[in-house]
Amino acid sequence: MDPGGWLTPFITTDHSDPPMTALPETQKSQKNTSRNDAADHVVIIRPGKNFRLLNLKELWNYRELLWVLAMRDVKVRYKQTVLGAAWAILQPVLAMVIFTVFFGRLAKMPSEGYPYPLFVYTALLPWTFFATAVANSGNSMIASANLVSKVYFPRLIIPLSAIGAGLMDFAIASTILLAMMIVYQVGWTLNLLLVPFLTVAVVFCALGVGILLAALNVAYRDFRYVIPFLVQIWMFATPVVYPVSLVPESWRWMLFLNPMAGLIDGFRSAFLGKPFDASSLGISMGVALGIFLLGVAYFDHMERRFADII
Amino acid sequence: MTQLPAIKIEGLGKEYLLGARDREKKTFREALVGLASSPWQRLRGKDTAQCRRFHALRDIHLRVAPGEVLGIIGRNGAGKSTLLKILSRITEPSSGTAEVRGRIGSLLEVGTGFHSELTGRENIYLNGAILGMKKAEINRKFDEIVAFADVDQFLDTQVKRYSSGMYVRLAFAVAAHLEPEILMVDEVLAVGDSAFQKKCMGKMNDVAESGRTVLFVSHQLNQIRRLCNRVVCLEGGRIQFSGPPVDAIEFYENSLLTPSLADKKKEGGFLFWETTAGGHVIKDTSTPVTIQILFDGKEPINNGHLGVVLYNDQDFLVAGWALENVQMHSGRQAIFLTLPHLPLQPGIYSFQFGLFNNGNNLTGGRLLDLWHATPKLTMDVPLHSHPQERWAGVLNIAPKFHIDGDHLDCLS
Repeated sequence: MDPGGWLTPFITTDHSDPPMTALPETQKSQKNTSRNDAADHVVIIRPGKNFRLLNLKELWNYRELLWVLAMRDVKVRYKQTVLGAAWAILQPVLAMVIFTVFFGRLAKMPSEGYPYPLFVYTALLPWTFFATAVANSGNSMIASANLVSKVYFPRLIIPLSAIGAGLMDFAIASTILLAMMIVYQVGWTLNLLLVPFLTVAVVFCALGVGILLAALNVAYRDFRYVIPFLVQIWMFATPVVYPVSLVPESWRWMLFLNPMAGLIDGFRSAFLGKPFDASSLGISMGVALGIFLLGVAYFDHMERRFADII
Repeated sequence: MTQLPAIKIEGLGKEYLLGARDREKKTFREALVGLASSPWQRLRGKDTAQCRRFHALRDIHLRVAPGEVLGIIGRNGAGKSTLLKILSRITEPSSGTAEVRGRIGSLLEVGTGFHSELTGRENIYLNGAILGMKKAEINRKFDEIVAFADVDQFLDTQVKRYSSGMYVRLAFAVAAHLEPEILMVDEVLAVGDSAFQKKCMGKMNDVAESGRTVLFVSHQLNQIRRLCNRVVCLEGGRIQFSGPPVDAIEFYENSLLTPSLADKKKEGGFLFWETTAGGHVIKDTSTPVTIQILFDGKEPINNGHLGVVLYNDQDFLVAGWALENVQMHSGRQAIFLTLPHLPLQPGIYSFQFGLFNNGNNLTGGRLLDLWHATPKLTMDVPLHSHPQERWAGVLNIAPKFHIDGDHLDCLS
């Protein structure tokens, strides 16, 4: 018998094969998803949750696309600009100059005994990356609406690849910091070895926020306008222009609930050679990881509806 | 061993909530307020009951054998693209399953992901990667793609400086060199000048003959006829016909003819309808209902056929009635249709009236007018049926249940 055939008397579908109703069999075959073997490459399409939980293997299969999209953003970023990649340096350097004049000179902001320009630049470097990454990643889904509605690939690739260009800027701008450390003769300790780990933590944090915002942005375009404010306010909640010591001891734990606070302070320790504050770094890394997982979970939950509502 | 189908679709459906678009796009604040005010309904998904449902696809059953080239035809909005989108996993179905065996490459649009700031060369790699090609694969086919698109002098020019013809040629060339086991193509061959189109058709022929499974959506019936082994005709989200290309195309062309009469500007024919009680609302399912229909005839009708059918708001045919041997003179006349009761569920319904002269729709009668009547009929009645939508059916009959443990004589 044709399942459901009574509803559709006009169908003259080819029924040479016996119609199948064996759901258990199809569930079994879902496991055999090996990419290269054609015969075994079976995809079951079905409504509901089972559209795939976060599928790391699939994400890995699409790593080339991740790279290509990231490189696209890198290539396009400073196209048709006169200064080109120099913008990557100019942005944090100009911010440093302005902050040094207003906060360092006029407001006499304490800087833990380090030269204020160096003090603020060590924070501006990761912060600029964080801010760009959050903004790019958060807007990435709607910017790629045409891709989302026309091609299939794991959607997570989009916000992930969106931070590539910021990471490139980060690498370029950090050369200035190393030069400044020579000029001011500060830093150059073994603490520098921690920079890669701190960078990874900032990447995770930025991705978490960016991915969450990207998913929210698809459903609620309000977030397009929220992102710039969020980033701006967040900067003042983070010890970028001021030292951690400015915050009263009893309130510090709250400061470090902001993952960027601990990470930025960690960057300062790494570049300036001051001792690390293990507990604050620990809290911040934990929160950063938490945000990342939250972002990915929400994104994953929304993913199957993206093409319909974008 | 019998060969497993490349694609096996069972009862696939896709439903959109109309008005849900505004809902989805509403501001976050409203969503928060909504969540705060009616969290329970929202969590149970009850608030969606107020939206109108639109079935882009319903109850599709289809098997595609490996190596088969299947054409899909149908009007705009028949669900062709939705079907391809579900199969290529861009959007998910609302019901049913589909099982796809083999790597899918889908081509729903030419040049998806092209970036105007990048050069032709860069875009080949970008677009190739987006369509699912590996870098090595693109490297191997690079020269072929460039030759096909005929853009070799402009390879290192930004594509925003390309002419639109060059742009689509390059875009198509990349896509045409995609080699998945299952290829889905949505109406993309109509690009470029006629020479290039010929080239595209040649390429599609090669693909079709290479033993790959192809699903091919097009309005170009000639292309369909030439390329496909089998054609499926979609209409209103359902498969209405499936068979050899020639028959399917004939079926489709016939189906195109009928309703085009309805689009014609009205001159005479059906003019007006209402219930004899006045208006277009029925408030009771159990009392007799009479509707009157005003018809303005240009000619006398002999042996005519009057059809009255009723659809619900999901375009599901709820009921239909016919009167044969209709005799009418020319000029305005009222037609009365009395129903002892109309047990329909609350909602919006629409009548469709058709009048044929000299026979009916099957015996070669001539269609004088077909009217998708406006305004629509509103059933403003209490719901007597099962409260859960999936069990409620279409009728609305007030039941009387009676449970009695003392009278079991019929069983003894």
